[in-house]
Amino acid sequence: MKRETLGLLVVFILLALVPFVAALTGQASWTRLVGQALIYGMAAASLNFILGYGGMVSFGHAAFFGIGGYVVGVFYHHFDAGTAFLGIIPGTDQMLITLPVAIVVAGLAAALVGALSLRTGGVQFIMITLAFAQMFFFLFISLKTYGGEDGIMVRRTNSLPGLNMKDKATLYWVVLVFAAAYYLFLRRLVQSSFGQIIAGIRQNERRMAAMGISTYRYKLYAFVLSGMGAGLSGALMVNFLRFASPDMMHWSRSGELMVMVILGGVGTLAGPFIGAGALFTLETTLARFTEHWMLPVGILLLVVVLTTKGGLMALVAKLKGRAE
Amino acid sequence: MSRVLDIAGLVKTFGGLTATDHVSLTVDTGEIHALIGPNGAGKSTLINQICGELMPNEGHIHLAGRDVTRLAPADRVALGLGRTFQITSLLDDMSVRENLGLAIQVREGGNFRIFDRAARRSEVWAEADQILAESALGARAAVKVADLAHGEKKQLELLMALSQRPRVLLLDEPMAGLGHVESQQMIEALRDARQECAMLLVEHDMEAVFALADRISVLVYGRIIATGTADEIRTNPAVREAYLGEEDA
Repeated sequence: MKRETLGLLVVFILLALVPFVAALTGQASWTRLVGQALIYGMAAASLNFILGYGGMVSFGHAAFFGIGGYVVGVFYHHFDAGTAFLGIIPGTDQMLITLPVAIVVAGLAAALVGALSLRTGGVQFIMITLAFAQMFFFLFISLKTYGGEDGIMVRRTNSLPGLNMKDKATLYWVVLVFAAAYYLFLRRLVQSSFGQIIAGIRQNERRMAAMGISTYRYKLYAFVLSGMGAGLSGALMVNFLRFASPDMMHWSRSGELMVMVILGGVGTLAGPFIGAGALFTLETTLARFTEHWMLPVGILLLVVVLTTKGGLMALVAKLKGRAE
Repeated sequence: MSRVLDIAGLVKTFGGLTATDHVSLTVDTGEIHALIGPNGAGKSTLINQICGELMPNEGHIHLAGRDVTRLAPADRVALGLGRTFQITSLLDDMSVRENLGLAIQVREGGNFRIFDRAARRSEVWAEADQILAESALGARAAVKVADLAHGEKKQLELLMALSQRPRVLLLDEPMAGLGHVESQQMIEALRDARQECAMLLVEHDMEAVFALADRISVLVYGRIIATGTADEIRTNPAVREAYLGEEDA
């Protein structure tokens, strides 16, 4: 327990130093890359809660990521134009408003998708979540007010009282704090009474039902919590990249989140973050050499899945075991 | 004596096959009612209807005076129905203690709490540790369920079912696959458990049935052909022909 706390603290401090290291070495893009990886890590971790801990293979998770992002985008659009959403809700650029709203709206979308798709299981569940995500994708493409296929440019990052959010390093640290808080939230969640029920449902749903658990309600709650996490990360991403587009909820984005989870380690807390970091680093490095970067990434994923049985986290555990 | 479980005129058909054919039976408080019958007689189908996994076409099931015929499985559990599975059904990634702890947690409630720590719910773990200490599984508390022997899994299933304090417990072949010594232990465990709840015992092991049951019902081709005490069933010619004779041969 103590070692885990120490390890987390070290990782947090190292990540907090990234903007300084980037400035010293003249690699200004690092801050941006690590920040993005952290946000993807959050999205992947939110997916991992239902996929890894709950055994619900959702193939539409990017929808909630995108919806969270669009909340920030739409708020900014109306703020910029001085209009109101549906003529009632005025725009804003205050992060203390946009992020909670993004979380709630993504949660409502997840409640809708989950309520219908969780009545099925297995392959049908995968397909229905995918279908819902595609519906959202095309819905946002059709919204010409909000840029259609091009999405919304958010010219200025949302403000937080007392902070200069125009400063890249400050924005990065805000993201880092959110990522750390979300990690701790998930850590508590999987250890909670509810987390135990969800773990039980993954292992043996029939047994849990025989114990008197209405598994549907619990799965739906998990699905909504997970969607809310994805909404938060989407909202952060739009603030970080200052851009919201339908691409955020394309099915390939859902696939990418799954790859991050599997690459890092299904059903582990740090796995999705490690997976997101690894995939993102690979992508950006390889993309410099070839536009067919997906091929080596695909081969690597195969190797990791076939050899480690549990992703990079299992590899780390194995190496640790050998060292001791 | 009051009726804990009252099944009346239950019918279940699959296509042309009548798996449950106007079955009526009762289980009274403190009673062990055994249900025997050859393979394919429809015992599991009947159990699954009582639990709510299958809906009957006709008939009624009353649990502690309430009509539960159309209730969901979880709601029946809340009214005091417990069960064990024919093929042991546990949470394989968790230890013996964690399995039992989860069963107790489910009963205690607070299952939607997301900010507490399940491992620190002392009311849950004190009870789990006490139950384990009094059982044969005490020394195996930390073992993962996937690594348990078959007989131990059967014992754990019974402990989990009892920890939920059911009014009536459905036991789907608790002796299946057990060796002689293990069967004797299971019979002892069930005899102790009858203080706590009534039981409907579906079983092939005649020794166990005759040792435990107050009443026995014989199910053949989905129909109950006889109900009575052990002696009445032993001497019933129809039963001998349909079932017991088959085993002697």
